[in-house]
Amino acid sequence: MEQFAFPQVGEQMYREKLPNGLSVFVFPKPEFQKGYAFFATNYGGMDMRFCLNGEWQDTPAGVAHFLEHKMFDTKDGNALQDLAANGASPNAFTSNAITGYYFESTEKFEENLRILLSFVSVPWFTRESVDKEQGIIGQEIGMIEDDPDWKVFMNLMAALYRNHPVRVSVAGSVESISHITADTLYACHKAFYDPANMVLCVAGPVDPEHICEVAREILPKEAGPIAAKDYGPQEPPRVAQEIIEERMEVSTPIFQLGYKGDALAQGQERLRGELVGELAMEVLLGSSSPLYAKLYREGLINRNFAYGCESYPGCFFLCAGGESKDPEAVRAAVAGEADRIGRDGVDGRLWERVKKGVYGNKVRGLNSFENLCVGQAQAFFAGHDYLDFAGMFASITKEEAEKLIADYVTEERTALSVVRPKEG
Amino acid sequence: MSQVTRRELFPGVWLRAVHTNKFKSAYLSVTMLAPLDKTTAGPNALIPAVLRRGTAVHPDMESLSAALDELYGGAIEPSVRKKGESQCVGFVASFLDDAYTLKGEKILESAAALLGEILLNPYTQDGHFCPDYTAGEKQNLIDRIRGQINDKRTYATQRLVQEMCRYEAFGVDKLGDEESVKDITPESLWQRYQQLLRQSAVEVYYCGSADPDRVEKALRSALTPLGEGGERTAPDCEVRLTAGSESQFVTEAMDVTQGKLALGFRTGGQTCWEESYPALTMFNAIFGGTTLSKLFMNVREKLSLCYYASSMLEKQKGLVLVSSGIEFDKFETAKNEILAQLEAIRRGEIESWELEGARRTLIGGHLSTLDDQGRQEEFWLGQAAAGLDTTIEELCAQFEAVTAQQVAECAQKLELDTIYFLKGKEG
Repeated sequence: MEQFAFPQVGEQMYREKLPNGLSVFVFPKPEFQKGYAFFATNYGGMDMRFCLNGEWQDTPAGVAHFLEHKMFDTKDGNALQDLAANGASPNAFTSNAITGYYFESTEKFEENLRILLSFVSVPWFTRESVDKEQGIIGQEIGMIEDDPDWKVFMNLMAALYRNHPVRVSVAGSVESISHITADTLYACHKAFYDPANMVLCVAGPVDPEHICEVAREILPKEAGPIAAKDYGPQEPPRVAQEIIEERMEVSTPIFQLGYKGDALAQGQERLRGELVGELAMEVLLGSSSPLYAKLYREGLINRNFAYGCESYPGCFFLCAGGESKDPEAVRAAVAGEADRIGRDGVDGRLWERVKKGVYGNKVRGLNSFENLCVGQAQAFFAGHDYLDFAGMFASITKEEAEKLIADYVTEERTALSVVRPKEG
Repeated sequence: MSQVTRRELFPGVWLRAVHTNKFKSAYLSVTMLAPLDKTTAGPNALIPAVLRRGTAVHPDMESLSAALDELYGGAIEPSVRKKGESQCVGFVASFLDDAYTLKGEKILESAAALLGEILLNPYTQDGHFCPDYTAGEKQNLIDRIRGQINDKRTYATQRLVQEMCRYEAFGVDKLGDEESVKDITPESLWQRYQQLLRQSAVEVYYCGSADPDRVEKALRSALTPLGEGGERTAPDCEVRLTAGSESQFVTEAMDVTQGKLALGFRTGGQTCWEESYPALTMFNAIFGGTTLSKLFMNVREKLSLCYYASSMLEKQKGLVLVSSGIEFDKFETAKNEILAQLEAIRRGEIESWELEGARRTLIGGHLSTLDDQGRQEEFWLGQAAAGLDTTIEELCAQFEAVTAQQVAECAQKLELDTIYFLKGKEG
């Protein structure tokens, strides 16, 4: 196995690409009790339209998430229970870009890893089980639709993007999932669950070579074809809709502000863009910025205020949100601060401080095996390594952050989503 | 590997220090334990938020944030928790471990000093809290209290507890209620703060690479004024042995698409202080504590009666609380099925895979707590609030010995006290 050291952050990473195309990454952690394994495919909620063996297919919204639920079914029962019976805490998630299955266990790690690799690579769907799942996921959709935080964010996506499928809910709708059949699931599994389209990341008191041995033994021996994806026409810079509002059972208005960026290329450029985005948000409106202090003092934001940037193939945006009695005032204040930064630049001392702070936070985040493994899986699909940030960080300049703010925090690229309390 | 020590810094002020090299961060917390009470809960919850606004040295959030950034983005967050009938207020803090600073700086001493400064040396005006900060945080707290309705799953359990323990301190929420917050003034809050500082038991926690002597020295120096307090008393917890003769039923209607059903049981005096505690914990895991549990496997998976169904154990108070999300018209069926699953355990119908699965999950969950600084802190605060010293490893050994018979006996003592149902509005 290839070995990489990141001494600055005290990490070591082992890497191997198996003959079947699967990339395996291992972070040995001998001093920990638990081991964590994350097995993911480069396939998420936004990959609805794809081409396999020369044939384009349009699948219903929510199919990647539906498939994730059904993957736990095995011919002999349910992998969730097999893992739980071994004391493991298993789970899975579907994001816009990836679907990941994972477990954490302090005992029988190898046995659990075998179960994980096996149930994710061997599909088993029946008509009855698909019908039943429609009820369960329908309930889940009902639950998230009652969640104002989810709603305000999904509305923001729809306001920012005209075509990009990030605007569609990962879970789909009760209507869209009603079109899913066992055949749809088999087709999607075939298109995206090939080892060559997947990654396995493990952290814990484990032997890296041994992890590869288990993967070689359980998974298919050869790589298959991988589907091509289509996200529709390229997005224009202008948002689809400047403001989007809805009323729900909430006590105070909640909001999400979004700034639409240009999609980032794969590789180191993607990592750099994300780091610049993160730092730009910190100096623009982050908890150490002058604007944050002002908004907080004026009661326009509270401790729930959160911000960041997200990037997926074909889209990149900055966002910030929380609770506010006057979301429009927050939008105007951010625009004003962006203008001020455009004129005066970012204060040099603030920049250095914020960089130190963000760096420390990122290193602290490495305590979490989940951050490390999920981060590495996402980074791998984006064409870099998660821990590359440690080396790149120092080279990011204030001018890059200023340019990003000047380019993206503009009227045409801004959308505001608000959920207000019901009247009466 | 890791070494846990407990030392008294000052009378009634205890330090629990976990010495380990496995984390990138050092974790610190200071918590004052006050009796949960309707009139003081709101003010107590407000205090850390107001303290976090500014100190005599760093008078506003901007300068505090700057100080934290200089410590590599350390975090010091106000914390308000409820452990049994103790309201635990203070701060939890996390800093980059000294081993990972870019120039070899030592952070622990400065971090402890900043934490002590926030707790003990606030920004004041005219000898009490700053009116601006008090008013701002009062509004934030009121918004948070009102906002509890937003998360319907948590809200349903909270309403259940409120109704079930109407005449007990445990019925009071950790944030208090609007009533106890609205009349707070900078002066009244200052008085409450002085009382808290002098009278409450204090738990200090550290987890990181510094050895216990260095930690003790840093915290003694940072928290010196706590040595001047009067007598500090740790709060008690009332345990009711039985439910009322008839269970009460509370229902509410809101504009939601999914109903929430919550059931509250009394454990018949079984708590963390009793010998049966490991068996009671196993009972909860088998009943609704894991994805192998009877509630998850039967009510959710087999019968598709709900999206989720789980149970939790309040170990000091002796309560088992069931929480589930259901369609409105499934109320009767879901409730009956939840009770039927309890009956099955009472009759001793526990498959060996259920027993062993619950045991492995519990032990795994406890052992992995050792891998997470925040969860470890939470565990030790819970132990401190209960006056217990049992370690995670000792608990795991106790779980190993629990039998199905003991689990069934625990279940037999459960009594249904209250049912809460959140349903949709007509129409």
